[in-house]
Amino acid sequence: MSKPLSWWARARRDKVLLLMSLPGLVLLLAFHYLPLLGNLIAFQEYLPFVPFGRSAWVGLDNFAVIFNGDPEFLNALKNTLLITLVQVVFVFPAPIALALLLNSLLSERIKRIVQSVLYLPHFLSWVIVIAIFQQLLGGSGLINNFLRSHGMGTIDFLGNPDGFIALLTSQVIWKDTGWGTILFLAALTQIDPGLYEAARVDGASRWRQLWHVTVPGIRALIILLLILRLGDSLTVGFEQIILQQNLVGRPASEVLDTYVYNNGVLAGQWGVSAAVGLVKGLVAVVLVLGANKVAHIFGEAGVYQK
Amino acid sequence: MSTMQKGIDDGPAMSSRVLKTVVLVVCCAVVVVPFLGVISTSIASQQHVTNSGGFVLWPDAFNLDAYKSIFNGGVVQRALLVSIVIAAGGTLISLAGSTMLAYSLSRPGSFGQRPILMIVLFSILFSPGLIPNYLVVKQFGLLDSLLALILPTAISGFNVIVLRSFFMGIPDSVLDSARIDGAGDFRIFWSIVLPLSRAVLAVVGLFYAVGYWNAFFNAMLYISDTAKWPLQLVLRTYVINNTELSSGDLGGAAADQLPPQESIQMAILVVSLVPILIVYPFLQRHFAKGMLTGAVKG
Repeated sequence: MSKPLSWWARARRDKVLLLMSLPGLVLLLAFHYLPLLGNLIAFQEYLPFVPFGRSAWVGLDNFAVIFNGDPEFLNALKNTLLITLVQVVFVFPAPIALALLLNSLLSERIKRIVQSVLYLPHFLSWVIVIAIFQQLLGGSGLINNFLRSHGMGTIDFLGNPDGFIALLTSQVIWKDTGWGTILFLAALTQIDPGLYEAARVDGASRWRQLWHVTVPGIRALIILLLILRLGDSLTVGFEQIILQQNLVGRPASEVLDTYVYNNGVLAGQWGVSAAVGLVKGLVAVVLVLGANKVAHIFGEAGVYQK
Repeated sequence: MSTMQKGIDDGPAMSSRVLKTVVLVVCCAVVVVPFLGVISTSIASQQHVTNSGGFVLWPDAFNLDAYKSIFNGGVVQRALLVSIVIAAGGTLISLAGSTMLAYSLSRPGSFGQRPILMIVLFSILFSPGLIPNYLVVKQFGLLDSLLALILPTAISGFNVIVLRSFFMGIPDSVLDSARIDGAGDFRIFWSIVLPLSRAVLAVVGLFYAVGYWNAFFNAMLYISDTAKWPLQLVLRTYVINNTELSSGDLGGAAADQLPPQESIQMAILVVSLVPILIVYPFLQRHFAKGMLTGAVKG
């Protein structure tokens, strides 16, 4: 290989650039890559007062909760998958429906005003969103006050384990539906208006136009986003759940991420929860990569079909 | 102004128009009414709050007692200060680290670019997990330090890539002429690249700032000293968990008469909302655009 400059000469030439990249690089290495090594405690009997790296090695013992199907772990896994399923069914279509509605508005001005209102909750923290929900649904919240003042019984929205997933889902819908319309609205503007005209000439009703022109126009995007969402199956609203867990108890609300937090940081089972976190992380990476791969295939198909 | 072609809606029947209007009004009301209630409860008179069971939709008065009580030097005021310090300091650190890293990755053929780029890209793909993160922060002695709320999330690989693609779009001729005039890499970065990149710096900076402002879990994990709590943690304790705030907590004398807890809670909520509302018009415009470019490129 012929090299115009030796690597040493190039390093010296670019020493300022290298120095400039250093702070960012060090932060990434320290807080993204060094913790990867920390996963070694998944194979150790880690005790907080024993110096890092001196703990006893226990092989795969910490993974026993996963392989032997510890009931608490299985419950967390079940809740995680159930929440993902419910959210794919109820949360995923919401922005599509809203985007179709917005797109059918005649006035550009009204559309913009509505968008400005509906995008806002996306930028609020989960703490704020949940505090707001409590004001509406809590024991002395808006709805229960109304019921009480009209002589009706109150409803326990926030502390009811059976309603917890519905509560989570409604919060996600409130927070992110507006924001979620952006991509769909953009896709809708890409649809050739000539297609609608042709459909109208053929006498298609507005519902048939929706079904035969609009939906095919955004189908590729829907499939793409759905696949990406499924790639995230194991990650469901950690902050959102942690903030509300004490109201409904762990059996109804524990998911994999909260399991790691509760058993590790709070209960001191560092090794076991690191093991669960490690397996979850590995499976998640595989799912995300797989989803990207599949999405890529579908994405290309979608582009070429147009 | 774009005059979009309307596909479906060129002859809407009256009934469908009414239906659409109703649905949209309901959607907007579901978002707006809670905010209205939060603000109203924070400024309504004491009696009104008590009579209506703790949540007021429309205030009968304009009463700033709740705000006066939280800005009396107590826990809320301190937390607000902490949050401001974290958001401002964090954004500065994030922007400095990210822009320099991005710039060094944007110069074609620079030494070590491949591996460094790989390090940045892979950091987007995985998160190392809660327990190892905690142990690293602990090992660095950052528990109970505000740096624990900044450093671990200071560099977002995604933002670095966004900045890098912007820097790469700056014409080489501009940079070369500076180089001929004898400017070094840092000089070029500082006095040419950064001034040309104000718009993207503002967007990425806000992205970081909103992230710092809204972050809650890191504080819960790393900060046990209540004097260092950021606002989100105060909100969780006194609003979500409904822990009673005493006059002493708020910096007043223990015997002071406080406004109703509900009003104080909503005043804290408003204070934490205001910065987001101030930057919201900007966020809405640029983030929507950013999301679309990201989607198109991705």
